[in-house]
Amino acid sequence: MPIVTVDGIEIEVPQGATVLQACELAGKEIPRFCYHERLSIAGNCRMCLVEVKPGPPKPQASCALPAADKQEIRTDSEMVRIAREGVMEFLLINHPLDCPICDQGGECDLQDQSVAYGRGKTRYHEHKRAVTEKYMGPLIKTAMTRCIHCTRCVRFSEEIAGVDEIGALYRGENMQITTYLERAAKHELSANVIDLCPVGALTSRPYAFEARPWELKKTLGIDVSDAVGANIRIDSRGREVLRVLPRVNDDVNEEWLSDKGRYQVEGLTKRRLDKPFIRRDGKLVAASWDEAFAAIASINPGASVAAIAGDLVDCETMFAAKALVSALGSSLLEGRQTGLAYDCSNLAAVNFNSGLAGIETADAILIVGSHVRWEAPLVNVRLRKAVKRGAKVFIVGPAWDTTFAAESLGEDVALLGDLPVHVGEAMSKAERPAVIIGGAGLAKGALASALTLAGTWNLVREGWNGFNVLHMAASRMGGLMLGYAQAGGIADLAAAKPKLVISLGADEVDYAKFADSTIVYIGHHGDKGAHAADIILPGAAYTEKAGTYVNTEGRVQFSERAVFAPGDAREDWTILRALADALKVHVGFDSLAELRSAMITAVPALGVEGLADYGALPGGAGGSGSGVIAGYPIADFYLTNPIARASVTMQRCSAELLHGEDFAEAAE
Amino acid sequence: MLADKDRIFTNLYGYQPWNLAAAQARGDWDNTKALLERGQDAIIQEMKDSGLRGRGGAGFPTGMKWSFMPKESKDGRPSFLVINADESEPGSCKDREILRHDPHKLIEGALVAGFAMRARAAYIYIRGEYIREAEVLFAAVQEAYDAGLIGKNACGSGYDYDVFVHRGAGAYICGEETAMLESLEGKKGQPRLKPPFPAGAGLYGCPTTVNNVESIAVAPTILRRGAAWFAGFGAKGNSGTKLFQISGHVDKPCVVEEAMSIPFRELIEKHCGGIRGGWDNLLCVIPGGSSVPLVPAAQIVDAPMDFDGLKAVGSGLGTAAVIVMDKSTDVVESIARLSHFYMHESCGQCTPCREGTGWMYRIMERLRSGEADVGEIDMLQQVTKQVEGHTICALGDAAAWPIQGLIRHFRPELERRIAENVREAAE
Repeated sequence: MPIVTVDGIEIEVPQGATVLQACELAGKEIPRFCYHERLSIAGNCRMCLVEVKPGPPKPQASCALPAADKQEIRTDSEMVRIAREGVMEFLLINHPLDCPICDQGGECDLQDQSVAYGRGKTRYHEHKRAVTEKYMGPLIKTAMTRCIHCTRCVRFSEEIAGVDEIGALYRGENMQITTYLERAAKHELSANVIDLCPVGALTSRPYAFEARPWELKKTLGIDVSDAVGANIRIDSRGREVLRVLPRVNDDVNEEWLSDKGRYQVEGLTKRRLDKPFIRRDGKLVAASWDEAFAAIASINPGASVAAIAGDLVDCETMFAAKALVSALGSSLLEGRQTGLAYDCSNLAAVNFNSGLAGIETADAILIVGSHVRWEAPLVNVRLRKAVKRGAKVFIVGPAWDTTFAAESLGEDVALLGDLPVHVGEAMSKAERPAVIIGGAGLAKGALASALTLAGTWNLVREGWNGFNVLHMAASRMGGLMLGYAQAGGIADLAAAKPKLVISLGADEVDYAKFADSTIVYIGHHGDKGAHAADIILPGAAYTEKAGTYVNTEGRVQFSERAVFAPGDAREDWTILRALADALKVHVGFDSLAELRSAMITAVPALGVEGLADYGALPGGAGGSGSGVIAGYPIADFYLTNPIARASVTMQRCSAELLHGEDFAEAAE
Repeated sequence: MLADKDRIFTNLYGYQPWNLAAAQARGDWDNTKALLERGQDAIIQEMKDSGLRGRGGAGFPTGMKWSFMPKESKDGRPSFLVINADESEPGSCKDREILRHDPHKLIEGALVAGFAMRARAAYIYIRGEYIREAEVLFAAVQEAYDAGLIGKNACGSGYDYDVFVHRGAGAYICGEETAMLESLEGKKGQPRLKPPFPAGAGLYGCPTTVNNVESIAVAPTILRRGAAWFAGFGAKGNSGTKLFQISGHVDKPCVVEEAMSIPFRELIEKHCGGIRGGWDNLLCVIPGGSSVPLVPAAQIVDAPMDFDGLKAVGSGLGTAAVIVMDKSTDVVESIARLSHFYMHESCGQCTPCREGTGWMYRIMERLRSGEADVGEIDMLQQVTKQVEGHTICALGDAAAWPIQGLIRHFRPELERRIAENVREAAE
């Protein structure tokens, strides 16, 4: 490993490190605009210049220069200071300096670095350059006059997203960043370019002129728009969540966030259930909490009760409901709303065992019935990385627009028992083979076939487990750990004809099957579940409660409360606790802390942040799936949950990006 | 003066046809097989001994450049030779004469050079505006293929070698070697970061050498006549003959092959009929194409026209495109025009050049008309220093140097214009 000297500090750096990384290891801050850890090196902003000996007698771009043994690097010399001040002056001469009306103000790299390297006064007395506006879609607001041509957005769309949406036109000082033919950026991760943009050229359109960063309260949360569990920072002011930004977590979301996770929060202020409702003469009528609880108590369900968990709920809510249902003497719990009934006796068989970070090291991947790009855009990014490293990908299921090279094998799940020879060869010869089963595959019974293949291909080996199930609901793994699974799925609940059904924000259930039951909906949005409910108890959305979530790889993560629920709405566990009093049963907790300790006693893994251990993968128990996968469960990426459906931005994305001008039907 | 027998480019003026039969009559393609049979190392050694320095402007020793190429492919990657025929430097017009009147010299050189560096193929990247020249080159390459001189078993040597001609689309920056590789690959012509150098990872990621047309075209003759013959011309370290392109205020502008290190006065007197209006009328000279600083008359007249001699007077040989300006020239406007050229041709990739070239041009325009402040001369000097050496490629330097040369030698003229403008405004 090379040993270099940075400003007189001798330091050993890893092989292949750049001079910039060496300087950072030595604790020296290097200003930069174009350099980004997760993108290729462009070396075009010239801000990171340092003096390097041996080398030419001029400053070098540290981001692009490999660190070599016995290098003497100076970051504090006169030559370096003059060079950086020169570059900063060039960046500023054509920059509009409209910070007072720029949304990037306060979190702008150019602003910050100009404090250190900028002149107090301009020497540029010519006309400044102005650039015509560019349209980049409903999420990205552009002010291209502010662009400093770092090309981070171009590199993101080419390298990470895998679509050639953004590029540069013209040359010299007329160079302009734009989308192809000025069409909207359509990729599911497109809004990440807003975070990448070091200046205010690309800003968030829905968040435009809403707030200044220093006004915002920052809360650490977990995204619930899919089962990846992206780590987010919830920025709120007063009682309103204004925006969501990704946090860095290399194991989960790196530093990206899907557009849905980022912009569905706008729906948190729309269509909210802010007081209890009771259905009288077929109409939902506003009521008080006491009236609602009295109405539920009057059902007197005894043990004839069931609970259905929705896709967005946290483990605490599910545990509180489970405690209530058990106290009443029932064990009817289910979370798989659309009727899936795969075997959950061993959770290792329904987990994403490779891990989200692990899947990018796979070298042969078979995807069965999963539209990964819509079901988990952040996993799609990992798959693209795997393919870039040389992985082969095969897909069973209807074709979807992959951002990487993949071979489509067909749509029939029965193919798993009769795969083409070259697929079998590729999988069995691979060092890290992986299978990914999605919702559409689970629906056709692909799990059993895949478990058999896991044995054939030896998917579990030293240091590697290539058996993966990709879920779509943030609550799924937590629900399965808490026992929200019947052998026959939700059909078992319907068959039991419970007097009382407690719906925990379950909006995708076919409530016609529960026509004889009284449905109590505890949730936050007036969506399908609320329409079917007999009694509505207003609850809290994911930003309004502290909760535990388990993502599709079995990673237990905690989310904090950013704001309070609106109106009379309460945190879900308190509603269930009060409901226990109304139904005159004892659930054994009076505070969130007590609830959590009871939950952790019942399921210890939920108390430890990190990957839960589900034990060994079961062998193939025989049986195989069959049937043609006609389509994927997600019909509309932007409208998969009640919060997103309430968001005007998500509605517009759906209408504009997926359906041309026509408005879409809500997703199933 | 160079004797006719020592000229390499014997059809420089197109008095004879360019075609293969005529070229062979001039001695091209004469037993090329024998040249190849000397072996790669011997050819490279001969080139090193000849002291040939790259004719594209930077003057890097050609033989040494060839020797950087891998002797064998360890990972199956082929090597490539890329020939830079994107001659776009204002003032330069030597490659054009080779391409249209003596293309077989270039194609034979491509084979010999490619063979020496163990390349699989040569790509000739020809300037987009050279339409007739490209037509000739395409036809000449086809002739060479048809005659079995290149292609499979080139010249019967057993070596397989292809030559592809690729036309540019009119961007000056594509004459920069790595931007040329990007352009060849079908991308936006923007220079790459170095390292990695093309000899390690160039065209399509394969080892690549980029050479100027003239450097390649002289190679077969050097091999035939011997390194010592070539090294016999010019001063030490600047050996050989060279195509000089004299334009501007001389009686007979021309492209001429001369020995290196010929004094400027001799070059002009012998080939161009002297300075227009006599030697006293000479104002200044840009000796190496638009990218090098100008040299005032007093310093240039006796300077030897070679790499080291012109460096000593604060300029450079560049492509030996000698732009002569007499006292009727508005030297400030001339340099302002060059600044406009660099602003227009900056690729826009890196900050100092993208922003700096426009700024420099705009100040130059105001200096031209005198609508500037005297302090802005120093500021302009600082701006050129902020561009120089801070960019990815050399275009930033090339944009800065002419202005630095102007300020160095003609500062009184700049100040005079400003003072005059102030006086006129006051009246």
